[in-house]
Amino acid sequence: MSYTLIVEQLLNGVQFGVMLFLMSAGLTLVFGIMNFINLAHGSLYMAGAFIAASLISVTGSFFLSVLIAVAVTGALGMAMEIAILRPFYARTHLDQVLVTFGLILVLNEITRLLWGPIPVPMPLPAYLAGSVELFVGVRYPIFRLAILLVGAVVAVGLYLAVVHTRAGMWVRAGAANRPMASALGVDVQFVFLMVFAVGAALAGLAGIMAGPIFAVQVGMGEPILILAFVVTVIGGIGSIRGAFLAALLIGIVDTFGRVLLPPALGSMVIFILMAAILAWRPSGLFPLQS
Amino acid sequence: MSLLDLSTGLRTRRFGAHTAPLLVLIGLLVLVPPVANFLDDPFLIKVFTRVIVFGIAAVGLNLILGFGDLISLMQAGFFGIGAYTVAILAYHEVNVEPLLGWPLTLTGTTNLAISLPLGALVAAVFAALAGLVCLRTSGAYFIMITLAFNQMLYYFFVALQKYGGEDGLQILGNLHLVGFDVAKRVPFYYLCLIILVVILVLLDRLVESRFGMAVRALAQNERRAVALGIPPLRYKLLAFVISGAIGGLAGGLLATSQQFVSPADMAWVRSGELVAMVVLGGLATVWGPVAGAAVFLILELVLSSFTISWQLPFGLLIIAMIMFLRGGLADLWLFVMRHLRTGAG
Amino acid sequence: MNDILLEVSGLTKCFAKIFATNDLCFDVQRGETHAIIGPNGAGKTTLIAQLQGELRPDAGTIRFDGRDITNDPAFRRATLGIARSFQITSVFPKFTALANVAFAVQAQAGHSFRFWRDVSGEARLIEPAREALELVGLLDRAHTAAENLSHGERRQLEIAMALAMRPTLLLLDEPMAGMGRGDGARMIRLLADLKRSYTIVLVEHDMDMVFSLADRISVLVAGRTVATGRPEEIRRNAEVRAAYLGHKS
Repeated sequence: MSYTLIVEQLLNGVQFGVMLFLMSAGLTLVFGIMNFINLAHGSLYMAGAFIAASLISVTGSFFLSVLIAVAVTGALGMAMEIAILRPFYARTHLDQVLVTFGLILVLNEITRLLWGPIPVPMPLPAYLAGSVELFVGVRYPIFRLAILLVGAVVAVGLYLAVVHTRAGMWVRAGAANRPMASALGVDVQFVFLMVFAVGAALAGLAGIMAGPIFAVQVGMGEPILILAFVVTVIGGIGSIRGAFLAALLIGIVDTFGRVLLPPALGSMVIFILMAAILAWRPSGLFPLQS
Repeated sequence: MSLLDLSTGLRTRRFGAHTAPLLVLIGLLVLVPPVANFLDDPFLIKVFTRVIVFGIAAVGLNLILGFGDLISLMQAGFFGIGAYTVAILAYHEVNVEPLLGWPLTLTGTTNLAISLPLGALVAAVFAALAGLVCLRTSGAYFIMITLAFNQMLYYFFVALQKYGGEDGLQILGNLHLVGFDVAKRVPFYYLCLIILVVILVLLDRLVESRFGMAVRALAQNERRAVALGIPPLRYKLLAFVISGAIGGLAGGLLATSQQFVSPADMAWVRSGELVAMVVLGGLATVWGPVAGAAVFLILELVLSSFTISWQLPFGLLIIAMIMFLRGGLADLWLFVMRHLRTGAG
Repeated sequence: MNDILLEVSGLTKCFAKIFATNDLCFDVQRGETHAIIGPNGAGKTTLIAQLQGELRPDAGTIRFDGRDITNDPAFRRATLGIARSFQITSVFPKFTALANVAFAVQAQAGHSFRFWRDVSGEARLIEPAREALELVGLLDRAHTAAENLSHGERRQLEIAMALAMRPTLLLLDEPMAGMGRGDGARMIRLLADLKRSYTIVLVEHDMDMVFSLADRISVLVAGRTVATGRPEEIRRNAEVRAAYLGHKS
C-alpha cells in the first residue's frame, strides 16, 4: 500500500470518525442524561441533509443553507421531544424503542412524500469543491478537510461546554440526580429539551456533511445511527470523551477495513471490534458510571 | 396435592387465561385452508403461512423479551441465518457443487429435514457467541449491541455475492421433507402450523419449569436471584440461544414459503417489527405473539393495498399503540376474562 | 468445632475517597444473634453487602466457617449458607408468595436446568416453601402476587425466602424498617423464634428490639467498630452513649 494511499485513507477515516462523533454526541448525551434510547436520531441526520439540499437549490448559498438547516433540524428535534417523546423518559426502554421505531417509519415516509424516492443531489460550491495539495504527493478534497475542521471545532466546543461551563454543570447535575437538581432550582425539563435540541442539530450537521459524499436519500440515517450506537457503546454511555475517541477509532478501522479486506469481512470488522472491546470491558472504554 | 399455577393462581384460571385462547387460535388457523378453498381465494393461505412463520419467530423472541425482559433487536438476524441456510443448501444441490472445500466438503440438499434443523443450529451457535458478548452488559447496552449484531449479519449477507448479495437468492430446487413435496401451498401450511403448535407446547412447559422460573426471576429482580444463588449468565444465555434457534427455524420456513431469500428479510427493521408484534400480542403469554403477528401482518397488507405510503399510517399506529395500549392483545383478553369471572361470581 | 462462624478482619471499602468501611474487624459466634448498630452513614448496609458478596472489599478478609470467602461471588456464598434480606424489600413482584419462596428453595437445589416439569407440581419445592411461609405467618397469602402484598407482609416474605435457603447465617438488614406497631410486634416474635435455630447478624435502628434480642452488639461509627460486647456492656459504655445513644441512661 502506497504512502499517499495510507495518508488519504487515514484522513478519510478521521473524517468519517468526526461525522460519527457528531451523531454519537447527541445520542450519548440523551442516553446518559435522560436514560432515553432514541432510534429516531437517524431521522434527524436525514432531515438535516434533505433540508440543506433543498435550501441550496433555492438560495444558492451553501453556507447559509447549512446554518439554516442545522437550526431547523434542532427545532425539529425540539418539536419531537415536546410533542411525542417527553412522556417516555419515565417509561421502559422497550416503549422508547417502539415509539421511536414508529417515528422512523413516519418520518421516512413523510420525507419520501415530500422529496420523492430518488436521491437528491447536493452540489458543492466552487470554494469547497476540488482538492488541495497537503504535502508532497498528497492531494485531498477540500470539502473533506472542511469536515475535519468543523468537526474538530465542534468537538472541542462541546467538550468545553459540558465540562467547563455553568450550563454544562446543569446538564450533568440533571443527569446525576434529577429530583435534587430540580429542587435546587435547575429547570430540568428545559435542560433536557436543550440537550435534545443540540443533539438533533449535531445530527443534522453530520447529515449535511455526508450529503455531498454519500447520497441524500430516504433511510440514509439508519446505518449511521447503528454505527453511532456502536460508538456510544464502545466509548461508554454518557461520555463525550469516550464518544470522540471511539468515533475516531471506528472511523479509521472501518475505512481501512473496507480498503484492505474482502467485502464480506470489511463491513463486519467494526462489529467484531465492538465485540472484542465489550468482552474486555463490558461497560465501554470510558463509562461515566463504573 | 392439587395442581397450582404459581403465576396466576388456580388451575381453572389457567384454562381460561391460557389454554382456551390457545385452542381457539389453533382452531381458527386450522380452518384457514378449507375456508380459503370455499372462498376460492388461495392467496389467503399464503397470507396465513406468513402469519404462522412470523408467529413462530415472534413466539421465540418473547421467551427472552416478555419472560426474560431482554430487549433484543437481532431476532431478524437469526431469521435470516435460518433462511439463508436453507437457500444456500438448496443452491448447492441444484448447482451440484460442494459447500466449502476439503476437509469439510458438504454437498447441498433440498431436504428440509436436514436444512431446517441445520438452520436452527447455525442460528443457535451464533446466538451463543453473540450472547456471550451482550448478556454481560446492562439493559440499554444490550439493545444497542443486538441492533449492531443484526446490522453486521445484514452486511455479511449483502457482501456474499455468490449467493445473490443485495438482490437475494432464489431457491430453484424442489424443497421436500424426506421425499414429501411440502412446497405445495396447503401441505406446507399445515407443516408450519404443526411446527407452531409443537413450539407453543414446548415453550408453555418451559416457562413453568425450573429453567423458566429462573429466567423469569432474573428478569424481575436479578439482584435478588443472584443473592439466592442463581448465576445469571448461563440461564440468560441458554434462553437467548433457544430464542435464536426458534428464529432460525422460522427463517428456514420463510425461505421455503417464499422460494427466495434476501438480506431485506433480515434487516434491523424486521427486528423492530418482530418486537412490535410481540408487544402488540402481549408479553405475558406464550401464545400472545401469534395474535400480534396476525394483526400486524394483516394490517400491513390492508394498508399497503390502499396506499403506497402505507408506512406512514402504520408508523402512526405503532406510536398510538405504545402511547395508549398498555399491555397487548393477550392482556386485553386476560382483563376481559377476569371481569367475566368477577362479574359472574 | 470452631466457635467462630464469621470472622472479619481489616475490611476496607472506599468510595471516591470516602471510607465506607475502614479497617473493620468483628466476629460472630456460632448460634449467636449479633446486632450491628450505629448512626446513619456508619456503613452498616455496606458491611452487609460485603458479607453477602454484592460488594467486593478493597482490602481485608472475610472467613466463613473457616473458609476464606472474600473473593467468592454472591451466588456462591448463597450456596455456602449465607442468606441476606434487603433493607429495601427485594422480592419477585409478579410471582405469588408461594412461588417466591419455592424459587428460593429451587435456587438451593443446585442447578435449574430442568425444562419440562411444571414447578407447581414439584413437592420438593412446594412443601419446604409452605413450611417457610407458615413459619413467618404468611401461609394464608400464599397465592397472592408479591406486588399485592402489604409492606409488612413483603418483609415477612423476605425472611421466608431467606429461611428457605436453609442458611447457616442470616444477614438481616433492618427487618423492622417501615413496620407499623402490629407488624413490628409480629416481626419481633418471629425473630425471637428464629434466634433459637440460626446464627443471625442483624442491622437495626429499633433499640428496644436490639437490646432484647441480641446476644452481642457491635457499634459501627464511620466504617469501623468502636465497641463490641454484650448489651449491658454496650449500654454502659460511655463512648458509645456519647456518640450514638445520646443522653439515655
